[in-house]
Parts: sequence; C-alpha cells; structure tokens
Amino acid sequence: MQAFDYVAPKSLSEAVSLLEQKGERARVLSGGTDLIVQVRENRRDVDLIVDGKKIAELMELSFDSQSGLTLGACVPCVRFYEDARVSQLYPGLNDAALLIGGTQIQNRASFGGNLCNSSPAADSIPALIAHSAVCLIAGSGGTHTVAVEDFCTGPGRNVLGPKELLVSFHVPPPPKNFGAHYLRFIPRNEMDIAVVGCGASLEMESDLRTVKKARVSLGAVAPTPLLVAEAAAELEGRELDDGAIEKAAAAARAAARPITDMRGTEEYRVHLAGVLTRRALETSLERAKEE
Amino acid sequence: MNPTQTMAPAQTEVEQKYKVIGTRPIRHDGVDKVTGRAVYGADVQLPGMLHGKVLRSPHAHANIKSINTAKAEALYGVKAVMTAADFPDSGSRTANLGELGEVPLKPMCDNVMASDKAVYHGHAVAAVAATSPHIAEEALGLIEVEYEVLPPVMDVLKAMDEDSPLVHEDLYTDELGEKSAKPSNVASHTRHVKGDLSQGFAAADHVLEREYRCATVHQGYIEPHAATAMWNPDGYLTMWVTTQGAFTVRTSVHQILDIPVSKLKVIPTEIGGGFGGKIPVYGEPVAAVLSRKARRPVKVVMDRTEVFQATGPTSGSYVKLKMGVTNQGRITAAETMLAYEAGGYPGSIVALGGICMFAPYNIDNTTIDMYDVVVNKPKTAAYRAPGAPNSEFAVECMLDEFCERLGLDPMEIRLLNGAKEGDIQSHGIPHPRIGCIETTEAARDCEHYQTPLEGPNRGRGVASGYWVNAGLTSSVTARLNGDGTVTLQEGSTDIGGTRTSIAMQLAEVLGIPVEDVVPSVVDTDSVGYTEVTGGSRVTFATGWAAYNAGQAIKSQLIEQAADLWKVDKDQVSLADGVITTTNGDSRSMTIKELAADLSQKGIDVGSRETVTPQNHGGAYATHVVDVEVDPDTGKVTILRYTAVQDAGRAIHPSYVEGQMQGGVVQGIGWALNEEYFYNEDGLLMNSSFLDYRMPTSLDLPMIETIIVEVPNPGHPYGVRGVGEVPIVPPQAAISNAIARAVGVRLGDLPMSPQTVVKALSAKS
Repeated sequence: MQAFDYVAPKSLSEAVSLLEQKGERARVLSGGTDLIVQVRENRRDVDLIVDGKKIAELMELSFDSQSGLTLGACVPCVRFYEDARVSQLYPGLNDAALLIGGTQIQNRASFGGNLCNSSPAADSIPALIAHSAVCLIAGSGGTHTVAVEDFCTGPGRNVLGPKELLVSFHVPPPPKNFGAHYLRFIPRNEMDIAVVGCGASLEMESDLRTVKKARVSLGAVAPTPLLVAEAAAELEGRELDDGAIEKAAAAARAAARPITDMRGTEEYRVHLAGVLTRRALETSLERAKEE
Repeated sequence: MNPTQTMAPAQTEVEQKYKVIGTRPIRHDGVDKVTGRAVYGADVQLPGMLHGKVLRSPHAHANIKSINTAKAEALYGVKAVMTAADFPDSGSRTANLGELGEVPLKPMCDNVMASDKAVYHGHAVAAVAATSPHIAEEALGLIEVEYEVLPPVMDVLKAMDEDSPLVHEDLYTDELGEKSAKPSNVASHTRHVKGDLSQGFAAADHVLEREYRCATVHQGYIEPHAATAMWNPDGYLTMWVTTQGAFTVRTSVHQILDIPVSKLKVIPTEIGGGFGGKIPVYGEPVAAVLSRKARRPVKVVMDRTEVFQATGPTSGSYVKLKMGVTNQGRITAAETMLAYEAGGYPGSIVALGGICMFAPYNIDNTTIDMYDVVVNKPKTAAYRAPGAPNSEFAVECMLDEFCERLGLDPMEIRLLNGAKEGDIQSHGIPHPRIGCIETTEAARDCEHYQTPLEGPNRGRGVASGYWVNAGLTSSVTARLNGDGTVTLQEGSTDIGGTRTSIAMQLAEVLGIPVEDVVPSVVDTDSVGYTEVTGGSRVTFATGWAAYNAGQAIKSQLIEQAADLWKVDKDQVSLADGVITTTNGDSRSMTIKELAADLSQKGIDVGSRETVTPQNHGGAYATHVVDVEVDPDTGKVTILRYTAVQDAGRAIHPSYVEGQMQGGVVQGIGWALNEEYFYNEDGLLMNSSFLDYRMPTSLDLPMIETIIVEVPNPGHPYGVRGVGEVPIVPPQAAISNAIARAVGVRLGDLPMSPQTVVKALSAKS
C-alpha cells in the first residue's frame, strides 16, 4: 500500500473542487468496504481520498409522499433498514441492504459506494433498478441525473467522469398495490458474492391479479447489472399466473449473457437467472397483496 | 435436545476407576486465549525487527532466466534482498530420513524458494527485508525476474499422459521399484496385493466400476504462517514459529541452510490451527537468511492469498474402483487405482490413501495401485487424515450404491463386512483390537438413525471411515514444586487442548487435581526430541510420556517418604495425592507436605521422559447425515448430523467432541463447496476466504457426537487418536444422502450447487 492524502470536505462544492484538482488520482470514499481493500491490496493506486461522509447531501435519508425517497450516496445500509418507514416502503432495497456483507459491513457500506464500485454482482444495483431509482450526479458543470440501469458501463466502470461524484439516489414513491423483492443465490448462507442476483417489482391492478407495471433486473449475468425489459413485457397487462411467470423467467434467461468463473459456470448462471426471476416475482406479488 | 451424548461402555466403572480422566476441566491456556494475551506467530515483536515479504511467481510453470534485485536493494528502507542463490547449494546434498534413506534436498529447498524453475502460481522466487511491510512490498515490485513461460500441467490424469509437458525434466518414475526409461510426471507407482482378484470377482453376484474425483482443497487454518528469525553474528539462530513441530522446523532449517542443529533454537508460538499444513517450512529459512544478511531480526508473515497459493493443500485425486459383492452384501473383491497429485514436487500422501481405503472391511481379495503424480500446483502437505478421505470416499459411495440395489441397510452391510481384531488388512498387516463393529453398532442404534426422515427432496446418508493414527517420539520434563504442584514441560505444540489432555494423565497417576499440573510448551533447547503434533498422536504419545513422568515422580515420592519414615518403600503407597504406610502404622502425609519438606532440603523430584510407542491403534467413525436438496438451485442443506467414533478412552470428552465436530465441518466443506479454482493458464483464481468457500456457522447444524470407548490395549489408559478420522466419512455420507434425496449419485467433489443441478438435468 502506498501513502495517500485524505480529505473530508464539508460541502459538495469543496468536494467537486478537490476532484477537479486531482482528477483520476482522487477517489471518493463512502463506507470504504471496497475502496480500502483495493488500496491495501494494490489493486487501486490513489493520491487522494475524498471522504463524502461529512457532506450533508451525501448523508441525507428522507421520504416525501410526493417526490419519494432521497437516499444520500454515503448513507450506510444500517440507516436504511433501521428506518421503519423507508424499509417498509422499499422492500427490494431493504432486502439488498440486509444482504450486503454482515452486520459490521452494513454499518459502513452504502448503496452509493456499491453502485460506484460498479461490480456486475453488486447486490444493491438490481434492487435500485427494480425500484426505478435515478442517480443525481454533481460535477463542475452542475448536476445531472442518470437512471441506475444506465450508470454502469462495464465491470468496475461507470458513467462518472473523473471530476464527478454521485450525490444521491431518487426513488419514486411506491404506487398502490406495489411489491418488490431482491434475492441472490450464493452457495453458502453468508459471506458470499452473488452467483446471480435478481430484483423485481410489480405494480398490480386493483384485482391484484393483473400486472399493471413490472420491472425485472439481473446481477452477475453480464458486464453490468441488467434491466430486463423483455421480462416486464411478458407480464404487463397480463394475469400473473405460472405461465406468465415462466415466460418472464425465459426472457431473463435469454437476456443473461454471463461468463464462467470461480463463482459459477455460464450454463448454471443462465439457469439461475430463470429460477431467481420466478422467485423474485412470486415474492413481489405476495408483498403487493400484503400491502 | 442434548447435542452430545457419551456412550461409554462401563462408564460407571470408568468413573470409579479414574478421578481425572473422563472429566472436563477448563484448559490451562484458556484465559490467555480468550483474553487475547496468547502470543501467536505474527504477534512476535523484537527490537530492531524488520519485515520480510516474498516475491511470488505470476506463472504456474516457468523457467527462471534471471533475477535482478539491484533496484530493490537501492530502495530506502530495504536492508536485505535474497533469492535461492543465498541458500547453500542444494544440488548434491541429501537428507537422511531414517528408514526412507537418503533423499535429495533440492526439491525441499526449491519449494521454499525456486532456484531454476517456478512450478506453481505463487511459488516464492525472491524476498526482501525492510523497515516496514509497505517498503518491503514496494521493493518486491522493483525486482526484475525474466521468465520463460511453459505450458502448465494441472490435472492428475493429463499429467500421466505420455505426451504431457513435464513439470521436472529430470523426474523418472519409480515403477514398482524399477526406474523408468523416460522422464515422467509420475514420481512413483506402488502396489498392494492381497488374495486373488479373479477368484474374488468370480464369487461376486454384483460388480460395479466407477470413477471418483476430489478437487484440491486447503486446510484453511485461521492463522497464516508466520516466522521470525534472529541470526546472531556468533552464528546462533533463534526462530519464533507457528508450527506443528518445533523440532521438525529445526531439522528442516538445519538441512536447508546447512547449519548445525546445536546452533539453532526454535521457539514455538501459540498456533492457530494447522491440520497438517504447518509441518513443512516456508518462510522460516527465508526469514533466517534475510536476518543473516541484514544482521537484524526479520519477521515473515503470509497473507491469506499466499497461504492458498503456496502452502498446504491436500491432493486432488482420481480414484477408479471396482468392487464385487454377493447377493447378501458380502464384499468378495476390490480393485482400485489411486492417482494423487503431489503438487510441484513428488511426495503426495497416496500411500496412506491405499492403507486406509479398505481398512473398515475385511475383504479377502484386493489390489491397490497407487500413483504419485506431480502437477503445477503447490506442493501438497498433510491434511487431517491425509490421503484417507480421497480413497475411502470411493468405497463408501459404492457400498451405498450396492445397498440401494440389493435393498440392504447401510449399517448392516458395514457390520456384515466390518473389520475385527486379527483380520489381515490390504497391505498385509493384521488389525489390532479395533472398535469398528462397536462404532457401527452405536451408529445403527442411535436416536438419529432410528428416527425416520420425512419430507420431499430429503435423504439420509451413512458412511464410515478409518484412520491409521501415529505413535512417534514424544518427550516431557516434569518437576515437583515445593508447593506440591508439578511443572510439566512438553515438546508438543498445543493445537486441540493437549496441554490439558496431557496434564490430566500425569494428574491421574499422582491423584492430584489437573489444576496442580502446570503444563507449558517449550523450545527445542528445553525438552527432549518431540515429533510433530500430527497423526492424532499427542494425547496418545505425549500423554504416555507424561504418564511415565507421573510414575517416576510417584516412585521417587514413595522412596523419599520411606526414607523419612524409615520404613521399606514397599510399605508405602501413594493414592489421591496422599502418601501412606501400608504396614498398619497409619502414617500419612499429602504430596504437598512432602514436597515442602523436600524443597527445604534441596531434594529435587522430577523426571524427563521420552517415549516412542508403536501400538497406536486405528480410529473408526461412522456418520449419519440428513440433507435437503433444493432441486431448482442444487443447494444442499445439512439438516442433521451425527458423528460416532471410537476414542479408545476419552481423556477430556469435550476435546474429543470438539475434534469430531471440527473434522465433520471440514468434511462438509470438502464435500459441498471447497476447491482450488484454476484458470486455463494454471493461475489460482479463488485465493481468499470469500471465494474459497469453507462452511460458515450459518451453513451448519449442531454436530451431534457419540463417543464409543473400545480401549486401545497399546496405551496405559486405552487412548486412541481422535483428531483425524472424523474428516473421512462426511464426503461420502453427504453424497449418499443426496442420492437418496434426489436420485443422483455424485462421485466428483465438491458437490457444489451447479454440479447437483447438472446431474439433475442429466437425469431428467
């Protein structure tokens, strides 16, 4: 590990100006559960670490019934799942927050850090996609927004410019008759990275049988987490029976284009994409009914 | 539910017979360990100490053309840089391994640091000592190594191909005692023959032939290797090492560095697990050479990636097995071929795989062919019952398949064929008194096995296992203190609570509380020669040395009391810590009183004992497991697990149970998820606990244990080794349970979720 500088700016503008000075030699720190390990193992070489946790906008967690959820990029998982209101309103995000690492990791790790690390297997990204989350990004030219499904561009890569940082997520308020779920498959029951992850959300008609709107997302089956629009298309406007679910699962399998590595073969991951899509939709429906 | 129960035959009799043995006292080192005060390998700190780091090969197989260390040496803070050239030339030197004769030293030296060739990913090629670990790490990046990359040989069967690339151009096969004409990756082929195979198969009503494979797995001890060396200018070398055998480290470093053992002192630290993997030396000679060059103490600590890449693991293996049985389930013949990966240098543990394979059964006709094969993986080391799980897995799986076909109960087929005292084993040695039948009967009769398993996708599996155990040399020094306590110095490093299990045997002899024995593990200058903590031998052999020390102290006390009372020593006895006359004059005093008197007079009471017991006896285990398989994902959940095992005599039952549970857990990991994952270039891709998937506490039920006690006649208290055999049955027990849950038989380990799904889809 090489020596580096550490700064904890108090404002967004201060953070942006630090990033402007150091460019690619700087890296924003959230919980550090990825970054510190990468630096220590010489997988990432940095001159400056900019800690986002003293910036109010990056630590905001608030809900408004009109505008929805504002989730600061550095808010740790624990704050999300210990907030009774938001954890209930956004069940898919809650599933992810509870799955990332163990309790000690959840005390530090954040949705924002997880997204910016841009692992194809990140647990929070399919959940954010399922909930239609949008990123607010700040840079020297001001702010702009990007949908989460458009954020990652490859393993470890994303749309953030070298002088930009992720400020927060904005997630629309859940509509009526809404349910969502994120799950992953791991060979053990803890301490693993997803072999495949799957997020789903369902907005049902008032009959609670017909799908009004659906979203299905997959992790660890492509260079980036995927929004599987073809799966949603198999569901919207139809009754959610076994046949419809199997069609959505088939669409998920078709969309998956995984690699073979030590966490799973290509063939197995395609298979799991279907299994998890079915399970994610079934649980989402149960949750929509419970609402 | 009580998770553990002790089914000791004649337990009440034992309780009457023994005061200390069979109880569960708090371990002597307990407070140090739970408060974090215990000093482990990486905790060693010395004034002026430097930090050593090792540069490792990024290739699985490559000739080393040149190494340039000039830039690293010039870095500020770097105090020494070394390569294999700093070791004494190993080319023509040999080591004397007693019965095994003279063996060349070059493979051992080259494994510590590659001289001309790197033979696995992560093989050490150079090292640096610097004032901080970060500087040392930076300096590694400045060392220039020119490699000529060669094609890697990663699989045992492919390595045996005639046209396989060679790991060593100068390795010839020892083919049943003859040297082969051409170099080969097969280091040796050996064979055991008993009876007549063709007659045996002719007598069979059913014959099966199958292949079984085990992936390379690692011991996974929690504490990485760590060694600190201080080489004084006067030529004396002191080392602090986390090891299973301080004397073995002394011998190895003496051989590699060609320095006299008298100038070498090894101080063992506490050890955070070894399972056989902390017997070879890795960073020890490196730290020593760096210390000599830098003239300062040097500490070399591995990280987890280094541990996975360059230490341990056990052999990946291929086993072909053909067995025949009668309609009644009697095994008539077994023919097998075992091919074990040795790693980068010859010397797998295939011989023990052969010896143990059929030991639970009395089979008249067996042939075992064993191949030791080099591949471009780390040099294999012992791992808990080394060699046995790979081969016994095959037998136990096939027996279950026969049971299913013939409608036989898995316990009954094991009892029908079960080995007994006097039965000749496949390598020609008769069994001593063993507890095979008693163990199987206890498993058959246990509540778990007698309770039906219900529910879809659930199955129950049974498997047995045998491990040979070991005797070997052990020493202790015991001395009576003025307050009547006994200081006990021992050469066996304490991995599983052996300070206490050894001390209990001395306490039993003197009839004093175990708390009055003060055991400590000492350095190589302070106790007699002691072999490694391995082979499940410490409670057996070092315990025996302590027993002898207790007997010696007892007779000295009796003599001293007789002297004091002016009676014949035959008229004095010692029991329960009290010395009394037996001539009717009713004189008595406690050991404490006599000790105080002797201390004042300056009379020393004590003993130093060395034993090399031979009749260590084998250990048997039978396990029962219930699993549930998720047919969609292939994930296997362990619902319930019961391990039954013959301990001979459980000195400290809690530690016996702990060993049984620990072995089962490692066996479950081996069965379900653990494997070295190499890419096509032979690079290890999962060298972390994240991706090398050992079971976590959330993956396991409470492992239930049943201790059977069939005393070993070869030990004063009947002790058998208990530490290793529990890793043998789980792999087959789980495979058999999966077969009964979802109808697919898996012969390749690990039985990971994706392999289960693949087998299920192939079936349907």
